[in-house]
Amino acid sequence: MTGEIGQLALCLALALALVQAGAGVMGLRQPQAAQIAAGAASGGFVFVALAFAALVYGFVTSDFSIADVAHNSHTAKPLLYKITGVWGNHEGSMLLWVLVLSVYSAAIAFMQRGGARLTSAALGVQGLLAIAFLLFILLTSNPFARLDPMPFEGAGLNPLLQDPGLAFHPPTLYTGYVGLSATFAYAAAALITGDVDRAWARAARPFILIAWIALTLGIAGGSWWAYYDLGWGGFWFWDPVENASLMPWLVATALLHSALATERTGAFRTWTLLLSIMAFSLSLIGTFLVRSGVIVSVHAFASDPTRGNVILLILSAAILGALALFAWRAPRLESGAAFAPASRETALLINNILLVTALAVVFVGTVYPIALSAFDVRLSVGAPYFEKFFAPLFVALMIVLPFGPRLAWQRGELKLAARQLLPALAAAVFAAVIVVVAVRPRTIFGAGAFAVAAWTIAASFVDAALRARARTLGVAAMSAILAHAGLGVTLMGISGTTLWRLESLQVLAPGETMTIGRYDLRFDGVRLVQGPNYRAAHADLDVMRDRSVIGHLAPERRLFPAEGQETVQTAIRTTGLEDLYVALGDDRGGGSWTVRAYVNPLAPLIWLGAAIMALGGAAALGARLRARLWVPARAPAPEHA
Amino acid sequence: MTPKKRRRLTFALALIVAGAGGAGLVVYALKDNVLYFYSPSDIAKKHIRAGTAFRIGGLVEKHSVQHGKGAAIGFVITDGDSRVPVRYDGVLPALFREGQGVVAVGSLDERGTFDASEILAKHDERYMPPDVVDALKRSGRWKEGQ
Repeated sequence: MTGEIGQLALCLALALALVQAGAGVMGLRQPQAAQIAAGAASGGFVFVALAFAALVYGFVTSDFSIADVAHNSHTAKPLLYKITGVWGNHEGSMLLWVLVLSVYSAAIAFMQRGGARLTSAALGVQGLLAIAFLLFILLTSNPFARLDPMPFEGAGLNPLLQDPGLAFHPPTLYTGYVGLSATFAYAAAALITGDVDRAWARAARPFILIAWIALTLGIAGGSWWAYYDLGWGGFWFWDPVENASLMPWLVATALLHSALATERTGAFRTWTLLLSIMAFSLSLIGTFLVRSGVIVSVHAFASDPTRGNVILLILSAAILGALALFAWRAPRLESGAAFAPASRETALLINNILLVTALAVVFVGTVYPIALSAFDVRLSVGAPYFEKFFAPLFVALMIVLPFGPRLAWQRGELKLAARQLLPALAAAVFAAVIVVVAVRPRTIFGAGAFAVAAWTIAASFVDAALRARARTLGVAAMSAILAHAGLGVTLMGISGTTLWRLESLQVLAPGETMTIGRYDLRFDGVRLVQGPNYRAAHADLDVMRDRSVIGHLAPERRLFPAEGQETVQTAIRTTGLEDLYVALGDDRGGGSWTVRAYVNPLAPLIWLGAAIMALGGAAALGARLRARLWVPARAPAPEHA
Repeated sequence: MTPKKRRRLTFALALIVAGAGGAGLVVYALKDNVLYFYSPSDIAKKHIRAGTAFRIGGLVEKHSVQHGKGAAIGFVITDGDSRVPVRYDGVLPALFREGQGVVAVGSLDERGTFDASEILAKHDERYMPPDVVDALKRSGRWKEGQ
């Protein structure tokens, strides 16, 4: 019964999406139609949420008459994974995609930012997207398709996905991916209405921020999941799927900065519009890469070529349509206010150039092998390619970055900014010297990376101190300070782990010890334990330092009989500044097992930095909210970020 | 030419030069950092120089896995027509088994043994690397529903 309710709700949501798109366009002329579009957006959200709830109910109650549940769930699965399993498959994850889209539509309708015409046009664009994706779901990936006869037991969920990370990672990432649809809709709306003034950038701003925060958290969360779950000790593999999420993030970061200039002085109007279109286009391309099965990974559920083709069709229509609109309307736009070479606009311009170049590098490296596979040439692009380009671009970005907040809009004083940043320069030199003197093995890259990271972090402190003295250190100013410092912290984590990681692989018999860095690991053997839906080989290792036991690690290898798969469960002991990371290898007979251990210096900083960056985004969002609540609507809110 | 036009022209030229330079660099870097994929039959047919890194894919031949000292392991990758001996010193992915699909990264030594630096992790038992499926199809050993 729930299956029918869900199916019906989806059909009604499709009908409302049609109304939303039509009324949204008509709303440009008729205020009444604009209201209808807003109502349809709210209604669409209710029905998609109902359909989603129906699917969740199907998973929780293990209703195997629904094919999606039967193929991806199992009665023995813990409740958490029954719920998260809803989006651990192609159909359910597309439904989640549309759910997030409808939440954004409802939010646009509810907030009515930038006036009735702009809202109406944005809702029209959102409606078109909803039509495309609802049709995609109903016609090619129906989560409510029935299974007859109904099987007695479900096929289970990929054990790799049976992890708390599944509760967090996909919803966050989708909030980011699809959040860019709202920015895209506003950009298209601005082009349609022709009101590309600052109001447009102001209207889109909270959506850019939410999408950026969610992407940052989603990518960092996914990287952390891969780190502790895959057992390879790495946090980023330049896998096409990872790149698919990194590309929208790079553009969203560029957009975040250029929209700031557009909103403040009207600069970069057309460029901001183009970035908005690009950001969501890359979200769609990411969805295509991940969901169509052109790349093979744990993320690619579908191998049905029609689905890939339909997504490709939607994506081409959206991108080409938006670009055509842009080509038609953009030349009519006035150019923004002029700015001097030494100004915050210039700093933001450099930021944008570097970020878009980084995007181009990732894009080429990701798409090249896929394009060549059409000509029957099979190859893959290795991590060194990405690292060779990405590292210098980000170093350049981070060297320029501290100047931005210290330069005034339109006309700044470079000499003054440089003088103010002298303490940060001192911190950079100090960090480099420390690394060269105290850390072994000595690497010039390490010294450089830590100098750059210290420069960025110290500059944030300088900025905070100067603003505190001038009494302009508000929540808004904190956003840039936090986000920039967070990037520096992440860089420390990345360089620490990549440059000074220790790795050891040994075959251990019970009672034997292996040494890695300052740690000795005593292997106490492997025993079999029974989990809720798996059997595990559970190893016990005592962590020793200077002959005294300081901890205990228990890595596992789990066998899931329902799915016939095995996973590794790593064990990590962290001091906050260093991870001792152990994974259990294979059985070598006679109680001996291979054990792989890593010491990853500063690894936790990678994710700590990302969290600080996201906090910076949240501060910017909070400042908006406060300005909206406390400052009269007409008065321009004080803006420092 | 008005100063505005001249500025625009300079800007456009700079953009073109920068773009071309960037594209050249990218292509150059790509050339050095791509890994080609070969099946055992490809290796038998082509002459791949020792030391050139590439990826190899096929099935782990039944009864070919031998454990050496420490974590060292030797096995044979086959696509039914040709076989290539592989040497590896490292942890195997959870789903490494005889008779199953496998993809390894490394290079050939002088005697034609593949020195693997990495055995790629496979996430799912039912899943077969598409490169391997392709290789098996070409050697005629692929059965539908496998």
